[in-house]
Amino acid sequence: MRRRRWELIAESLVEWLIRLSGVSAIIFVFGIFYFVFREGMGLLWSGRFNFVQFLTSIEWYPTSQSHVRYGALALIAGTFSVTLLSMAIAVPFGVGTAIYVSEFCGPRAKETLKIVIELLAAIPSVVWGFIGLTVMNSLIIKLFDSPIGLNVLNGGVILALMSVPIIVSIGEDALKAVPDSFREAAIALGATRWQMVRRALLPAAKNGLLAAVLLGVGRAVGETMAVLMATGHSIRIPTGLLDPVRTLTATIAAELGESAVGSDHYQVLFIIGILLFTITFVVNLSADLIVRGIRGKA
Amino acid sequence: MSAEVKKTTPAAIAAQFTKTGLVRKQERRERVARLIFATMALLMVLPLALIVGYLFWRALPVLSFDFLLKVPIHGMRAGGIWPALLGTIYLVLVSLAVSTPIGVLAAVYLNEYARENSFTRLVNLAVVNLAGVPSIVHALFGLGAFVVFAGIGRSIMAASLTLAIMTLPVIIASSKEALAAVPRPFREACWNVGATRWQTIRHVVLPNSISGILTGVILQVSRTAGETAPVMFTGAVFYKAIREGDVFAYGLFDQCMALSMHLFTVSTQVPDVPEALPYGTAVVLLSTVLAVNALAIAFRVYLRSRKKW
Repeated sequence: MRRRRWELIAESLVEWLIRLSGVSAIIFVFGIFYFVFREGMGLLWSGRFNFVQFLTSIEWYPTSQSHVRYGALALIAGTFSVTLLSMAIAVPFGVGTAIYVSEFCGPRAKETLKIVIELLAAIPSVVWGFIGLTVMNSLIIKLFDSPIGLNVLNGGVILALMSVPIIVSIGEDALKAVPDSFREAAIALGATRWQMVRRALLPAAKNGLLAAVLLGVGRAVGETMAVLMATGHSIRIPTGLLDPVRTLTATIAAELGESAVGSDHYQVLFIIGILLFTITFVVNLSADLIVRGIRGKA
Repeated sequence: MSAEVKKTTPAAIAAQFTKTGLVRKQERRERVARLIFATMALLMVLPLALIVGYLFWRALPVLSFDFLLKVPIHGMRAGGIWPALLGTIYLVLVSLAVSTPIGVLAAVYLNEYARENSFTRLVNLAVVNLAGVPSIVHALFGLGAFVVFAGIGRSIMAASLTLAIMTLPVIIASSKEALAAVPRPFREACWNVGATRWQTIRHVVLPNSISGILTGVILQVSRTAGETAPVMFTGAVFYKAIREGDVFAYGLFDQCMALSMHLFTVSTQVPDVPEALPYGTAVVLLSTVLAVNALAIAFRVYLRSRKKW
């Protein structure tokens, strides 16, 4: 039976649409880079912006009347300190939970834990920010006798709670990817479960766990609303856990609304955007390469 | 007496002979390791329960149907959250209308058409990276591309498009998983009776994976509803006056309020807000998101239980 002509046309149209959607992700990633770059470009090539000063000066006075300075070092330090603290908490907890879920607990507990972690991952960042602003804030003031509770510690703990679900789920995948023969061999040699985990599984899943940590870092660096609300608004290099800071992301979120479209201030925020895009791109790319590295070997 | 009896069971005797000091030490370590990991896992579970419970407790004074259906009054220091709730519903629906077809078709491409080559690898890499782009960079992109370049202006349309691109990786990943779960013999049988590739997808692959795809769409609803940064500069505003209970209050090219943005506003931007009000907003947002997620999980468990192959 011959198919009608319009059916053939419709089919080729649909296949064309499928191919277009398939490459849409590539188009969007390039689109994001292009448009963020496009908005910030004007300032980048003008004489009013000094890239070295941008990376090395802590003087961020984008709206100064007399002498405008765009030094983002304090903001970079803010992002770095909060990310570092959050990883110091989230990596042991995330990897520990992944090990427990994957190797130690029974099937029922496993299902429950995975559901709870999925729900934990679903909590919107603005709600996390609100928790930082209210619960964590008063908790830190009480516990550390600090005048204000919006600081590196607050942001770090909140970000840790936000990154743990990623580390757990990717880390569990990494442990699951280790062949059962590794486990069987270790048990047959009389190893306890902990010995098996430490001597056989962790070395074998090393790369996957590293990728999990990197994805957690990516999440922490890019997180906006939670750090905007929980870290305070002080542009300086932190010297302790109780210092308030301002991150790169929070700066964009806080200042974009008050800068006129096309102004120098507006453009420098897009330059911060390019910096953030580049950082997360490199982090995600390395995570992906590491994961593919293991698959290539296996 | 019974203790003595216990000691003479073969296993107990064997244990006494075989457990050297080294073995005991290892067993102790094993117990400690297990305890530490269990504590860590428990510490992951506890925050969720504590946070949800605490927020609910603090929000109790304002929670009511009126809170959901009234408009804010007195400079958002009293009244309800209706315009924000409605705005979020609009944003979610419009962004789903854009991202679901693109995402599902992209998954079809990756699972049914793409070959194992470096181009496919590039596509997959782009999906991973799209998921990793910080939300505030998506906001900058939305502002630069839709609001300024395309000239749409700050509107529901611009904000939804930004959200759609941001949540695309979610729908691609879950749809891909759903499509991959359809066994290959289903496709082969269809090809063998002379069906084309698209006919096979349309009549065999998609009908058999539609529920899995739907789960992904549900997850996407929750993700979209919670996002704040991308809509802040592309369409959501602090305050917008609309009529109470008016479901068609917003047009596609209007600005709107959004639940997530409203939580940010009442908790940081407006002075002298009664304490319970931001808690109420947080609870509405949080319980919506968690309920939608729970629905997706329940749906997934149900599907797994009645899987035929």
